[in-house]
Amino acid sequence: MALTNEIIKTRLTDKFGEAITGMEEPYGMLSVTVPCEQNLKVLNFLYDEPVLGFRFLTDLTAVHYPDRKGEELCVVYHLHNLVENIRMRVKVYTPVEKPDVYTATGLFSGANWMERETYDFYGINFVGHPNLKRILNVDEMDYFPLRKEFPLEDQTRIDKDDEMFGR
Amino acid sequence: MSDHFNIKLPEGSIEKTTTTLNLGPTHPATHGVFQNILELDGERIVHSDSTVGYIHRAFEKIAERRPLAQITTLTDRLNYCSSPINNMGWHLTCEKLLGVKTPKRVDYLRVIIMELARISDHLICNSIVGVDSGAYTGFLYVMQYRELIYEIYEEVCGARLTTNMGRIGGFERNFSNKAFEKLERFLKEYPVVQKEFENLFSRNRIFIERTQGTGAISAERALNYGFTGPNLRAAGVDYDVRVHSPYSSYEDFNFNVPVGTTGDNYDRYQVRNEEIWQSLSIINQAYKKVQEFKGAEAEVYHADAPEYYLPEKKDVYTKMEALIYHFKIVMGETEIPAGEVYMSVEGGNGELGFYLISDGGRSPYRLHFRRPCFIYYQAYAEIVKGSMLSDAIITMSSLNLIAGEMDA
Repeated sequence: MALTNEIIKTRLTDKFGEAITGMEEPYGMLSVTVPCEQNLKVLNFLYDEPVLGFRFLTDLTAVHYPDRKGEELCVVYHLHNLVENIRMRVKVYTPVEKPDVYTATGLFSGANWMERETYDFYGINFVGHPNLKRILNVDEMDYFPLRKEFPLEDQTRIDKDDEMFGR
Repeated sequence: MSDHFNIKLPEGSIEKTTTTLNLGPTHPATHGVFQNILELDGERIVHSDSTVGYIHRAFEKIAERRPLAQITTLTDRLNYCSSPINNMGWHLTCEKLLGVKTPKRVDYLRVIIMELARISDHLICNSIVGVDSGAYTGFLYVMQYRELIYEIYEEVCGARLTTNMGRIGGFERNFSNKAFEKLERFLKEYPVVQKEFENLFSRNRIFIERTQGTGAISAERALNYGFTGPNLRAAGVDYDVRVHSPYSSYEDFNFNVPVGTTGDNYDRYQVRNEEIWQSLSIINQAYKKVQEFKGAEAEVYHADAPEYYLPEKKDVYTKMEALIYHFKIVMGETEIPAGEVYMSVEGGNGELGFYLISDGGRSPYRLHFRRPCFIYYQAYAEIVKGSMLSDAIITMSSLNLIAGEMDA
């Protein structure tokens, strides 16, 4: 029996009940939201359960939503079951004041640098990570540049007068 | 030894017996800006630490202000050995978000370009492995044919390295006859060269002894590390995005997915060689299919998506709608629908993914590139631990690390 989004949904709700929210399927890929403190339990369940077998971490990144109070930062995991060839997305929301998320390095060695990158740009503190330090930016940097409070320069600003190159 | 340098070590301290070597950031053997801090015991590596990010250019941040069409130029600079694949991958991502359906002829033309790019990418990687094991000839010899591939790009889009090729929905213009002529020349001449290249290396005793059994990784570890592409296939896992989630009509073609067994440098070399042969076969099939289009169908080179596809100049001067769309696209005022999409293509190095979130504005809310290089380079420390310094250098080129892709 081929694995479908329906089966994954049922298995997840059977196991975790109300904890799993925000189930949707944008462009056919199942996306679920998991409470911050349960992320590792869910990932572990998805990894170990023989029917599900999401054993390949395709991608790990974060998104910043400054308008959502109490859940400003969102960590996104893209998982892949290579045998059944089905992908899914797991989201974990965390407040920007205390962005603590458990690390997935125990399950996936590849999560190491992906989490370092996410920390580097969004400041997510991956609890239990073996070597959580900046990876692409310089070590001395004291802010997290991909957060939305650092806008790129506005193309239409008029306070700059550059005679040479003009604006 | 400490006496020699007039350094007095505290009582009971153990003297350091290993040597620290900074390999890089810029070093002729690293083919890019990588720094590896190696701890050496004689010539054996006991520990290594990699530093990346020297050419980080914050593409993900820049993309948050740019309309979709302007992001294509950013994707060029990821894996610059096969930029057309990145361009096409980006267009496919946009098309998935916008719901644009491309005609078959566009798909086949894209397949031709993507497979040419894959050949040029693998070509560089394999010949560089040759250079690092002491054979420069192969590198110089195949370079002529990479040049020919670049000339084909030039005929198609006008650029060579950072191609910025194509548009959302298709190509900026139809392929010229010259482009097809050059493609025919490539298909005719290249197999001979590839055969000669393989004759030079595949059964060469020195090459075999340098590459077999070095830089190996097991299939299990490779999967756990998130390996994709030729490096994963060399370890024996037949995962190929072109087969698993076909895009751009790859389901219309017959090709094999070569796999290795040991995941060492030699297997990676062989897998890449076989992929070049498979790519040649795909190009042949695609070219045949393209030739089957006759009359008006042979003139199709883009989808009918006026809101996103830049109209032809002659229409801009004569038609009102074309003028409006032209203005909106050039000024980047086209609103893109809200949505969340992940799309991946088989890049030269593995699964190149684009995770795009749009909130309905003119530019993406968030864009993340899944760069295969960045993900598998973290396994380097584990792969080279316990091996010789010279093997570590071959392993680095055999993994095909591209600094541009790694640092984004």
